[in-house]
Amino acid sequence: MAALPSPLRVCRGILKELRLLHGPGYNQSLAYTYVMDQFRKNKVTGERYCRAQQEAHHASHSYLCLLESTRSHLVLHNLYHSKGERNPEQVANLVGLRLPTQPGGKGWDK
Amino acid sequence: MFKGLVRLQSQFGNVLSLSKVCPRNQHSRFAWKYSTAAAERKRFYQDVSISQGDGGLYEINLDRRKLKTPGGKLFTVPNEALAIAVATEWDAQGDTLKFYTMHLTTLCNTALDNPSQRNKQQMINAALKFLETDTVCYRVDEPHGLVELQNNEWDPVLRWIENRYNVIIGSSSSILGPVIPEATKDRFRQHLNSYNFWSLTGLEYVITQLKSVVLSMGLIDRHLSVEQAVLLSRLEEEYQIRCWGNVEWAHDYDMYELRARTAAGALFVHLSSESSTVKNKLMQD
Repeated sequence: MAALPSPLRVCRGILKELRLLHGPGYNQSLAYTYVMDQFRKNKVTGERYCRAQQEAHHASHSYLCLLESTRSHLVLHNLYHSKGERNPEQVANLVGLRLPTQPGGKGWDK
Repeated sequence: MFKGLVRLQSQFGNVLSLSKVCPRNQHSRFAWKYSTAAAERKRFYQDVSISQGDGGLYEINLDRRKLKTPGGKLFTVPNEALAIAVATEWDAQGDTLKFYTMHLTTLCNTALDNPSQRNKQQMINAALKFLETDTVCYRVDEPHGLVELQNNEWDPVLRWIENRYNVIIGSSSSILGPVIPEATKDRFRQHLNSYNFWSLTGLEYVITQLKSVVLSMGLIDRHLSVEQAVLLSRLEEEYQIRCWGNVEWAHDYDMYELRARTAAGALFVHLSSESSTVKNKLMQD
């Protein structure tokens, strides 16, 4: 069995992600109600060996991972990859070069 | 109460297909041609809600319209948890819809539309094809540090799966890889037969992401967490990062994407084979 962080930490993590997604009104969202409901339902089983609880714990952790990773991925994507390809001039600039220019225009554009 | 209201709304809602409601943005700016912006679309709805339709299946409502798959079918999912997760994905979008961040929606669309028109048997065969070239079965002879790392990290998982399913897989450092006995494949084929179509869609997705049947089964059987499975799948890359340094726009970018996809796949498998779990919970109350 994988060593997962405690259910409380997972729960708080998911709520944090939901807050980042939905803003201040996040506790009105469908997901908030459902997540809280599930965590409360699975809490009562206490000390007994309970498969359902472990399943819920693992699933909740996967969900937390999904939310966190999607957010981090999007941040990196927007930072590095969202602008598309650079044009030849910018690429040349990157390595300190300039594209050759022709003083009298290129002949074909008048 | 809330659900009743939504259902009432959806009765009035017209069932226009989404493509008619929102014509694809046709920007022809040069940069767009190569950027992901071309795969984005303006957000055309305010509220996202779910409702239970005929046969107990859950539907997603965007304002008053019902969500449809790219293939034109009504978007339905078998349980509430999945419906809420999908609705959250749609609700989380800003001014533009970024489909590449909506992994669960994508998986549901694949399961509903089945674009490659395959049946269960073909999917199982495709999944088991990865066993022959499984990541954790291919070892290196050098450098010494990586050999040690592979032995320390991969061997426990390999031993675990061999005990769990009572099969022989083994590892090899030859270019041909280990010879997987036919009995092993039969055992896995038998096991995968017990999965329903939706779970298999998710499982195959996880396997293709991790490039490993062993790690995927470890994840689905809850022996590994998503982070662990992804780490083990990228073991050589992690080793190289440790030697040569981390590059955020390549390594971290890939890792987060792989994690998100793997987590979505694992969650999808667990949620779509959930019906028995839900019954257990009700009986406990």
